[in-house]
Amino acid sequence: MIRPLRSVSLLMLALFGALFVNLNYLQVVRARDLASDPRNSRGLIEEYEIRRGAIFAADETTQIAHSEETEGLLRFQRIYDDGPLYAHVSGFYSFIYGRSQLELAMNSYLVGSAPEVFARNLADLLSGQERRGDVVITTIRPDVQRAAAEALGDRAGAVVALNPRSGEILALVSSPSYDPNVLASHERSVVVDYWEQTESDPANPRLSRAANELYPPGSTFKLVTAAAALEAGMTPEEEFGDPPALDLPQTDAAIRNFGGGLCNGGQPITLRRALEMSCNTTFGAIGLELGSEALIAKAEDFGLNREWEFQLPHATSRIPKELDPPQTAQSAIGQRDVRVTPLQMAMITAAIANDGVLVTPRVVAKVEDFAGRIIRQFPPGEPLRLPGASDAQAVDRLAAAALRDMMVGVVQSGSGQRAAIDGVTVAGKTGTAQTGEGRPPTVWFVGFAPVEDPQVAVAVVVEDGGDVGDEATGGRVAAPIARAALQAALAPQE
Amino acid sequence: MTAAAPAAPRVAARRRANVELGLLVLAVIVVLSAYGLVGLSQAPELPDDLFAYGAALIALATVAHIVTRRLAPGGDPLLMPLAFALNGLGLVMVRRIDFALAARAQPPEPLGPAQAVWTVAGIAVFVLTLAVLRDHRVLDNYRYLIGAGAIVLLLLPSIPGVGVEINGAQLWVRFLGFSFQPGELAKLALVAFFASYLAEKRQLLTVATNRLGPFMLPPARAFGPIAAIWALSLGVLISQRDLGVGLLIFGLFVTMLYVATARPAYIAVAVALFAAGGAFAYSAFSHVQQRITIWLDLWNNLDARGAGQLMQSLFALGTGGLAGVGWGQGRPEFIPVVSTDFIFSAFGEELGLLGATALLLCYLLIVGRGLRIAVRAPDEFSALLAAGLTIIFGLQVFIIVGGVTRLLPLTGLTLPFLSYGGSSLLSNWILIALLLRMSAPQPSAAAQ
Repeated sequence: MIRPLRSVSLLMLALFGALFVNLNYLQVVRARDLASDPRNSRGLIEEYEIRRGAIFAADETTQIAHSEETEGLLRFQRIYDDGPLYAHVSGFYSFIYGRSQLELAMNSYLVGSAPEVFARNLADLLSGQERRGDVVITTIRPDVQRAAAEALGDRAGAVVALNPRSGEILALVSSPSYDPNVLASHERSVVVDYWEQTESDPANPRLSRAANELYPPGSTFKLVTAAAALEAGMTPEEEFGDPPALDLPQTDAAIRNFGGGLCNGGQPITLRRALEMSCNTTFGAIGLELGSEALIAKAEDFGLNREWEFQLPHATSRIPKELDPPQTAQSAIGQRDVRVTPLQMAMITAAIANDGVLVTPRVVAKVEDFAGRIIRQFPPGEPLRLPGASDAQAVDRLAAAALRDMMVGVVQSGSGQRAAIDGVTVAGKTGTAQTGEGRPPTVWFVGFAPVEDPQVAVAVVVEDGGDVGDEATGGRVAAPIARAALQAALAPQE
Repeated sequence: MTAAAPAAPRVAARRRANVELGLLVLAVIVVLSAYGLVGLSQAPELPDDLFAYGAALIALATVAHIVTRRLAPGGDPLLMPLAFALNGLGLVMVRRIDFALAARAQPPEPLGPAQAVWTVAGIAVFVLTLAVLRDHRVLDNYRYLIGAGAIVLLLLPSIPGVGVEINGAQLWVRFLGFSFQPGELAKLALVAFFASYLAEKRQLLTVATNRLGPFMLPPARAFGPIAAIWALSLGVLISQRDLGVGLLIFGLFVTMLYVATARPAYIAVAVALFAAGGAFAYSAFSHVQQRITIWLDLWNNLDARGAGQLMQSLFALGTGGLAGVGWGQGRPEFIPVVSTDFIFSAFGEELGLLGATALLLCYLLIVGRGLRIAVRAPDEFSALLAAGLTIIFGLQVFIIVGGVTRLLPLTGLTLPFLSYGGSSLLSNWILIALLLRMSAPQPSAAAQ
């Protein structure tokens, strides 16, 4: 019986060998997949055991998000106190769909596991203290956020308001919005239903239009063209012809003015007046005169085609790297393939307000622990040096000063008069971008106030003409929204 | 017999006993460390009852060791410490699962205290077996009594009024308020019966007279017992709605038949028969179909009954990864019936691949020692008994660990020594006692 016993030994060895191989496959090869499988709630439960830090507005009293203990398997419930209003700042925290916006970007702080607090966590562990998430304090001002959201109403669009000196984002509104509370629910079916509902909604409410949607800038881009022109030696008083149409070289196409008319009754028109009137033929001609390289370079100085740092996810605005003359003329008035985010336009506007210097935008001011000790501060007013740039100067001081002056004219006697505020000098620029045959335009207003000492810069975009369709212009639809946001930001705070 | 003659074996026996003692100390240290770690994971201090628990464990180990030293001198020094370590770790894990379940709104009855009592009882039957059964060959004399007893025990749960269905399988009987799985004890009886029967009929079964294809086969009447066992295991499978025990009994018999006769033809015929039976069971019983479907395509059949626990088992193993999440840090309570069938997954999560491999190596060592005892056995009955006990032990580990790791279709079997359950613990301690008895030089054999 020795021989069959030997075979049985080998068989047993083979069977156990199969167990070992299979176990290695599961616990090494497939370990990551199995551990991170969405149906595997082990990691999730661990994560929900920690009281996630709250997110506060700039006043440090208004709660944007906080966590409350529950009796359920997932211990802490995330609550967004004013969900839809701040949805695109806070983002959501879902046990199925993960995190977005600040919930994503600040996660290591919110769960209290950032490298800065390593020593504290070690001490807590040794003393048996429960770990708590840290508190994120944003720069968002509830009054400005609310005013901007209310002014925008249920029209699709976005508002970004920031302090041009400090870079603090005062309001970041995207419409339509959604309720992150529903996505934070611990009820699977509730979360899935709402996710699918928002996913199939053509208005795409979860999209942050403020930072992640790219729009044709229309005439607001004339600020960039004007900046390039001023730097190239033109003055605001330089005169141009006022043709009914600007023929584009190499093609049969032509650039016409808004409404098809003349800008100055056929008389010579100054650069200043052309910006106030948003005269397309003039800026098309300036584009041709500057050439594509200068135009592209100036756009890139302001941050287009550049990756720059921000605390929230954001899309990179862009201008083609090569433009033939007709494209150059059309790009100079913000048409063709130039695409920008409202955040980018707010940054350009803020730079003009801030003597031509780009400032690093920030939506988080600091992180504190639950007892109020500061863990991390994000200092205000950091110049934003773009990759490849030697400094943060997007446009020189004199050109910026001239632009500010011209932008005051836009609001006082040009296309942006509806942004005017009594007793405050407002500077601005309107934009009305055609998005296609038979489709209402995307309308813009960018501006800042007060001109003497800029406190707030704003960019407003409204899709598809808002509620007035083809009649819409930036001056008519977007300027009043910008005015509401500026006014709220300038109102004395309690 | 002179006084000098037994001196050499006695020295060897003492040396073996000392090896056993050393390993037992190691086992106690491992188990107590595990218990301490589980306690630390619940509160930042060592559990209050660590000393009481440790004292009890040391007392048990001492008794088991002294008894082995006295009653089975020169026996295998690895078997008892390995079983002791596995039993102790199982007890710790059952306690640990109690902690996890205690956090629930309606916590189930804790199993730890009962398992502790069963552990004491397990050591007691181990001692008792060694004490009563001074020569295992006695079993050879009660062949048919044992065989009939095995069949009665196997079929007991199927008798209405006696059997109880738990978790969809009809494997339990209720007796004096205790639930007992007679199948666990029946396995040991079957091994003894097979060993005795095959030792006697071995010559007859080895003679090949008929030709079937490439195989030379023994006379047809020699297949009678095989057919009977085939029918029995299928009957068990069908009546108790569980593949595990049927598969185990059949695998045991075929392997023992092969050991007795050295004829692979039996295996071929038997496997074909079992495949036919299995195919019948598959087509006739939805729960068998379901088990197979889940096994083949788990991820597309997650709504099927039993799929959730297998998925949770795989998640536990994956989460454990190489080194595990640590004693008390995992989520064993996510796996249904984790204390019994799925306890291996709980170890896989908390101790990782390293810990799970260590446990499997403990089993493999027991299997290796068991087969070694079979090879060295003085007679055919002893060899077949040792081989059979080892095979059923090893196969059971393979079937249940393979089941919870999706190497095989899942069947309800306990994992020897680790799973919660009195019947399983008692019968495995008897199994170890029998192997130990056979590994020790037999007094009567020495006299011959």
